[in-house]
Amino acid sequence: MAENKGVLVLCETKEGKLASISTELLGGGSKLAKDLGQELLAVLVGSGVANLAPEATAYGADKVYVVDDPLLKDYQTDSYVPVMEKVVGQAMPQVLIMGQTSIGRDLAPRLAFRLNTAVSLGCLELAIDPQSKKLLQTKPVYGGNAQAVFITESFPQIATVRPKAMVPLAPDQSRKGEVIKIDAGLDASAIRTKVLEKVPEEVAGIKLEDAEVVVGGGRGIGSAEGFAQLEEIARLLKGAVGATRPPCDNGWVPAGAQIGLTGKIVTPDLYIAVALSGSSQHMSGCSGSKAIVAINKDPEANIFREARFGVVGDWKKIIPAFTEKLKELLAK
Amino acid sequence: MNMIVCIKQVIDPEAPPASFKIDPSGNKVVPPAGVSPVVDPYAEYAVEAALKVKDASGGKVTALSLGSNQLRDIVKKPLAMGADELILLEDEAFDESDSWSTAYALARAIKKIGEYDIIFCGREASDWNAGQVGSGLAEILGLPSVTLAEKIDIADGKAKVQRKTDEGYEVVEISLPCLITASNEIGEPRYPTIKGIMAAKKKEPVVWKPADIGVDAAQIGAAGRRTKLQKLFQPVREGKCEIIEGENPEEAAANLAVKLREVKVL
Repeated sequence: MAENKGVLVLCETKEGKLASISTELLGGGSKLAKDLGQELLAVLVGSGVANLAPEATAYGADKVYVVDDPLLKDYQTDSYVPVMEKVVGQAMPQVLIMGQTSIGRDLAPRLAFRLNTAVSLGCLELAIDPQSKKLLQTKPVYGGNAQAVFITESFPQIATVRPKAMVPLAPDQSRKGEVIKIDAGLDASAIRTKVLEKVPEEVAGIKLEDAEVVVGGGRGIGSAEGFAQLEEIARLLKGAVGATRPPCDNGWVPAGAQIGLTGKIVTPDLYIAVALSGSSQHMSGCSGSKAIVAINKDPEANIFREARFGVVGDWKKIIPAFTEKLKELLAK
Repeated sequence: MNMIVCIKQVIDPEAPPASFKIDPSGNKVVPPAGVSPVVDPYAEYAVEAALKVKDASGGKVTALSLGSNQLRDIVKKPLAMGADELILLEDEAFDESDSWSTAYALARAIKKIGEYDIIFCGREASDWNAGQVGSGLAEILGLPSVTLAEKIDIADGKAKVQRKTDEGYEVVEISLPCLITASNEIGEPRYPTIKGIMAAKKKEPVVWKPADIGVDAAQIGAAGRRTKLQKLFQPVREGKCEIIEGENPEEAAANLAVKLREVKVL
């Protein structure tokens, strides 16, 4: 059997470009490839994606595999798994990384079982062990209460990585890379699912994941009206409002506002955490924020261990005064 | 509709974070004293998904749980919620399973059960958050699968599944038999009714040992693992929070705004 070599990144596309998760993975993957002394490989799977190979090269790929077929327009387990099986068979990578996205979460485990190897989903960090040269896969477990480092003895070592856990390289348009086309070779009758429709979530204002300021509210906010006050701060700071799980479950905010292990991951410059305790589950969705400010009446709340600045007190008294002062300062 | 739901008993994820302790061996979690284990909350969504299908289309729901020392009062919860049967794969040989050894043993048990239209799993479990037993099981059994289901409708011998995506959702039609993993958007798991609790009390689970499902000892529990746990640790918090004070909450709030401006966070 040939030796497995190289770090292969599955690139997802969005609106005719590489998705941000993919440029992040290429950035992180290039570091792994360097540590292994091997090449960074990328694979583009889809319909009408071949023209994105130069972009993958610019972001660090040495070789780009392209599988372009109309049958791959929508992600489906039954079409993507055999295609990726074929790509892995040809590229023979040592490491395969994908995003912890609705595609990666479905594809990675099924592919791992097909290839008789293992996978870690939702990793925060990947590194190469200096001695064994194995991939160290660090991920939150027990709802974020702990982190585990896994290693895989079989090849390829597969992992999915959470959005914003890795940093893209600055694109270099002058980089040259090899492009290898692979025929999908799919049998349409072997695809046992059909995508009937795709419905995007409606977002008013700035998308939570893209916001530079996020105002997060917890159970203590108590009502939709309470969240309206947080909306005002978010508008003032051109940010977005997020929440822990209870406000979403109670319908005070839409389900899409949930931040945490089972919700969205945000990495704003400023995260204002209001009336939330800072459970591990929630923190694993916002701990990448540059600065956290906590407002909570319980001085023992975990959020004060995570925050850079804090005010201990009732948010109902603090938030209006904070909002007024902000308005005054921003008007200057 | 014949349905099988995979569940398991876990350490209560809602236990206070301060009670969370890692064994000195550094590879497992110490169950917190005085906190009863629970049915994995993600698996409860899978039970709810199956019961919703049963409500709409009729059928039978069998809960299947793998582990050791499974407390009957705990693992009987799906029965109390409305499931018809409970099968326990119970043996210490199943301890320290990873997704591979779990999916392998579950697949053997499902082959023994024989007939099914839909297998349900949670999208992950609250202990190791691996998120792959469902897909692995589908692969071993050669079934089509849809993960992250928010809503399921059965019509004309097919399932129409609303699947959560990063952008919103998609509707996927899938042929039966199939495997579906449920996401929390499926809806809050129903509370057991008094009638359900009484019925569950009377019903004894079927218990299968490794020999009953014809497993290869090298493929279950710790022996069957494909991932090695190198380290388990609790991330260290920095805890350098500067508390902004004031004569009253309003003043503290104003001081906070000024401070954020000063340090150019704003």
